[in-house]
Amino acid sequence: MTAPLATETTESHPPRPGKPAGKRVRRAPVQSLIPGAGGKGFWLYLVPGLLLLTIIVLVPLGWNFFLTFTKYRGIKPPVWIGLDNWTKLFGDDVFWTSFGNSIAMIVAMVVVPTLLGLVLAAMLFDLVGKKFGGKIASFLRATYYLPQILPTVIAAIVIGWILRPEKGALNQVLGAIGLSGLEHNWLGSPDTAMACIMVIMIWVQLGYPIVIFMAALQRVDPELYEAAELDGANWFQRFRAITVGIIRPEIFVVTLTCTIAALKVFGPIYALTRGGPGTSTMVPSYYSYSEFFQNQQVGYGATIATALTVVVAIVAIIFITFQTRLERQDEER
Amino acid sequence: MTTLTDKIRPRRDSGAPEPKPLKLPKVHTRKTTGDWVILFIAIIIGLFIAIPFVMIVINSFKSPADYNSSGPLALPSNLYFDGIINFWTRVNFPEKLWNSVVISSVVAVAAVLLSMFNAYAIGIGRIRGRTWIVVLILLANMVPQEALLYPLYFMFKQVGLYDNIWAVIIIFTVIQSAFGTYLLSSVYGTFPKELLEAASLDGASRWQILWRVVYPISRSTLAVLLIFFFIWTWNEFLIPLTFLVSNANQTVPVAISVLQGDRLMDVTTTSASALLGLLPTLVFFLIFQRTLTRGITAGAVK
Repeated sequence: MTAPLATETTESHPPRPGKPAGKRVRRAPVQSLIPGAGGKGFWLYLVPGLLLLTIIVLVPLGWNFFLTFTKYRGIKPPVWIGLDNWTKLFGDDVFWTSFGNSIAMIVAMVVVPTLLGLVLAAMLFDLVGKKFGGKIASFLRATYYLPQILPTVIAAIVIGWILRPEKGALNQVLGAIGLSGLEHNWLGSPDTAMACIMVIMIWVQLGYPIVIFMAALQRVDPELYEAAELDGANWFQRFRAITVGIIRPEIFVVTLTCTIAALKVFGPIYALTRGGPGTSTMVPSYYSYSEFFQNQQVGYGATIATALTVVVAIVAIIFITFQTRLERQDEER
Repeated sequence: MTTLTDKIRPRRDSGAPEPKPLKLPKVHTRKTTGDWVILFIAIIIGLFIAIPFVMIVINSFKSPADYNSSGPLALPSNLYFDGIINFWTRVNFPEKLWNSVVISSVVAVAAVLLSMFNAYAIGIGRIRGRTWIVVLILLANMVPQEALLYPLYFMFKQVGLYDNIWAVIIIFTVIQSAFGTYLLSSVYGTFPKELLEAASLDGASRWQILWRVVYPISRSTLAVLLIFFFIWTWNEFLIPLTFLVSNANQTVPVAISVLQGDRLMDVTTTSASALLGLLPTLVFFLIFQRTLTRGITAGAVK
């Protein structure tokens, strides 16, 4: 999926049809795919995109970066205070707690959905689809995808009912099956709030990898499976050796986009817990929002947001470099 | 694919001959207990995922009294439409629906166009430094949205677009096209070269090659992006909430959340609002479900 990102290679291979994106190595200096059309003319096509990007994203980013060195409450002009915000940030317990919670978010939004999504996609595609018919498989896939199309605000309303302490659906069910001892103020107690958010995020995210992986699986040559089966490989061995290998580009795309989403998760926290109780579900994005708009500490809010952006960018660059390197190793083999 | 395996593989269980359907068998008849267990597990997971949706539907048709006496889990004792009617008239639902439709459709089309232009230069044009250009464009996806609010507020206020749906349209066109550029650049990076060469020999210009060769062949991937962008934009909350302050400009999710804070709201009206807020994207998704999966595949194969 990242062909444009593999730039520094020197060999040239013929394109291999049926191979996922990002598998070709090019000759340097880099040439366009259209013979005779130099790189320069193509810059024109980037003008609208880069212009809009500059106005909507880069200028605000620069502005935020400037604000990190100021004290600014939104009304009077910003006052330069040097590195005060940054020193405050590094000693701020809430900030570190919020980043710790980001790890929980990565588990709930990346690790579990990707792994579970891989298994479920392979299960639906391989077993359910082949033995019970494609209709059942696509119906189940659509069901798994449902939470993805649900606006966060609405999801929060329903989850609020399920988890509310009085007359909440979960507590009622627990009471009905004789487990009333387990009844709990699920989102309102520091010991369960984060776990609940994690379960909710798994519920929300699961459909995304499943839809993408199932589409990718259609690329797998059934004869490969046949051959492996004849060689005596069991389902799990085939899954690991063939499935995971072939849909690796999609696994990368899913992991990267979900990691970015997990690091900057905002909507569910805003709608469900507002970071509380205490700071038990505080995440960087919501912390920065509350500094921006509730405490009117715009300079400090900008510092948190900038720190978060830097972390996300570093993660993305590491990811893309790693992916490019892996693809290059594949080429050399 | 299933029919193919059927033809290749000799049937191993040679028991009594099964009655053969006239058409090519689409489904394996050999089902072990393990297969049934897996199907069962898959269905159970589906049920768990669907529970909240069932709850929305059940509670939308209850009267508040019914809800108070029987709780959120029971079926309605009789169908009650006041919650839906109440919400519909109170927020002037058609108006909010129209705002959401306009914003999401314009963003979807504009962001796909922008992604296509970017990816044409990056994936096919292979301009210099494209790795870093992709990273730069992806920044739009990486920046936490609350960091954009203050600067964009001042900028749009300056040009008179504050509290105007076009502000939201422009912002999301940029944000969504970042993902589109990332995905499409890699798809275009492996575009069949022969086609481009043939078009070039025929004397087609870059612009003509884009519209007559690249666009038609990548149309299915573009359709997927269009669907993603529509749904994602529809569900956006923070930026519409901040930039569309007047009631007449609100989107569906914003209208619902504003109403949530209203103490006079009873639970069944809230539920009805959830149902009405969910239906448009659900219908949209069901209509385009097949395009979605076909498109991802086609894009990936190329």
